[in-house]
Amino acid sequence: MVRFEHVSKTYAGGHKAVDDLNLEIERGEFVCFIGPSGCGKTTTMKMINRLHEPTAGTISVNGKDIMQFDPVELRRSIGYVIQQIGLFPHMTIAQNVELVPKLLGWDAARRKSRVDELMPMVGLDPEEYRDRYPKELSGGQQQRIGVIRALAAEPELILMDEPFGALDPITRESLQDELKRLQAKLKKTIVFVTHDMDEALKLADRIVIMKDGKVHQVATPDELLRHPKDEFVAQFVGRDRLAAAPELLSVSEVMIRRPVTVDPDHGLAEAVVTMKKRRVNSLLVTDENDRLLGLVTANELKNVQRGTVASVMRTSFPVTTPDARLQEAFEQMFLAHLEFLPVVDTDGILVGLVTSTTMVDALSRALWTDGEAS
Amino acid sequence: MNEILQVLKDPQTQAMLRTQVVQHLVLSLTSVLLATLVAVPAGIWLTRHERLASPVLTVVSLVQTLPSIALLAFMIPFMGIGSAPAITALFLYALLPILRNTYTGIQGVDPAARESARGMGMTDRQMLFMVELPLAFRVIMSGIRVSTVMIIGWATLAAFVGAGGLGDMVLMGFSMVSTGHIIAGGVPVTLMALLADYGLGRLERAATPAGLRVSEGGH
Ligand SMILES: Nc1ncnc2c1ncn2[C@@H]1O[C@H](COP(=O)(O)OP(=O)(O)O)[C@@H](O)[C@H]1O
Ligand SMILES: [Mg+2]
Repeated sequence: MVRFEHVSKTYAGGHKAVDDLNLEIERGEFVCFIGPSGCGKTTTMKMINRLHEPTAGTISVNGKDIMQFDPVELRRSIGYVIQQIGLFPHMTIAQNVELVPKLLGWDAARRKSRVDELMPMVGLDPEEYRDRYPKELSGGQQQRIGVIRALAAEPELILMDEPFGALDPITRESLQDELKRLQAKLKKTIVFVTHDMDEALKLADRIVIMKDGKVHQVATPDELLRHPKDEFVAQFVGRDRLAAAPELLSVSEVMIRRPVTVDPDHGLAEAVVTMKKRRVNSLLVTDENDRLLGLVTANELKNVQRGTVASVMRTSFPVTTPDARLQEAFEQMFLAHLEFLPVVDTDGILVGLVTSTTMVDALSRALWTDGEAS
Repeated sequence: MNEILQVLKDPQTQAMLRTQVVQHLVLSLTSVLLATLVAVPAGIWLTRHERLASPVLTVVSLVQTLPSIALLAFMIPFMGIGSAPAITALFLYALLPILRNTYTGIQGVDPAARESARGMGMTDRQMLFMVELPLAFRVIMSGIRVSTVMIIGWATLAAFVGAGGLGDMVLMGFSMVSTGHIIAGGVPVTLMALLADYGLGRLERAATPAGLRVSEGGH
């Protein structure tokens, strides 16, 4: 339905808002663009109806390069909804809704019957609201009109730029539900920009995560929750959502960041004192660069009185990495009968520690959050 | 008081007043009409050429600062005397409020309305006639009203270049040292200005689409 091929947009000031974007949007698909502010979502959307023109690459709609359309005709064939709603205050609700059909030259009778057909779809009685003016409607009602106005001329493709972003949470949710219902019925292709991950997860068939003008990850909501591509996506999806699915948590999200450590050349007596003082039954041995060298446990120290930590420490034991799944770490610990796992990065530097307690904590937190949400 | 009644009773003065009122109206309305025909399109044009807006508005406001008598006198070498120089000078004065209000009125159109108009596939013309002008209508009309009231007052000076109008009566009063004549010429000017203000105000409200009438009912 919509295909982006190596599309870039450099604004007059030299700012590259969209950078070599490639994407194919299927017919009937509901695609949400999400990403930090300024990452190029709006620019990408506005290039589809040529409110902005790409400076490189091609965008095609229904297989035809958009640069070969007359921009005015292209826009009339694509629905458009913006956050500021943009109803015309001097026109009645009916006049607003039937605007594109009017531009397209539909006769008055056909326009009226279209208005009467559309208004009930968003729960507004035509008899009651047809002749009112936008200012007489609440924000939620106005954006309902904004949505059906975009549907009026039966476009196959609809662009929506944060359409519910300015509404209060309750109104927003009910509009999301209505849009989802409409979409299920009408099977339009919808390109929807949002900065609200809940909204994207709720509405989208596919979510396009954008970062610095590029497509960073494209995935279904489910895939996105299960396999966030990297820390950026995980952050964006949000810890609390990942925590709501505890099997998706990563080690770095629950690990203790400052485990108790000891130098290899410390005496054993001193090591025992440290353990008592910090109430731990093991110490991680690190060099001055935080490189993990080994570990000593209270059990092993019981029978030895003399020497340095280095002389008794174990150097072979399982470790895990910060981006390992918590679930994997748990299995590893369980199989090795351990109560903890040191967390080291790729250079062997100690970055944290996960214990069975931290895992149980994380799990119970997730369950508790879940219980609260339902 | 007596003196005024005497002046007004005189049938010859009455006849003169009637002609002068008509002349005065013709002078004022012609100037405002011409100014509207020029300033509204020019104001629209300025919204499409933002960079010129500030210099053009500055030049047009300079005209306003010229003393009216000086401007009228300045016309004489080029246009002689009669209605032509008077209408030209009044036209120049009438430009600014209309030009400025047209420009700011269209500038002030909600960008969201403009963006959705563009996104829904309006052409430039449709955008102008279906969105920008209706939404800027009130502001433009109030510019025309301000100009009209002001020009009706200043048209009194047209008598100095032999264009007639109620200024003639006032001048006559000066030369005859007759307060009666001065008042007989001056009061109708004020009345006409007030009437124009009221009438155009009504028109403005009547022609404003219901969806834009916010202030009524008082918030
Ligand atoms: N008309 C413009 N002229 C110049 N720069 C712009 C323009 N519109 C947007 N930008 C810049 O392009 C980048 C992307 O903007 P935008 O597409 O609006 O991002 P988003 O919708 O993701 O917040 C931003 O850095 C923004 O400042
Ligand atoms: Mg945006």
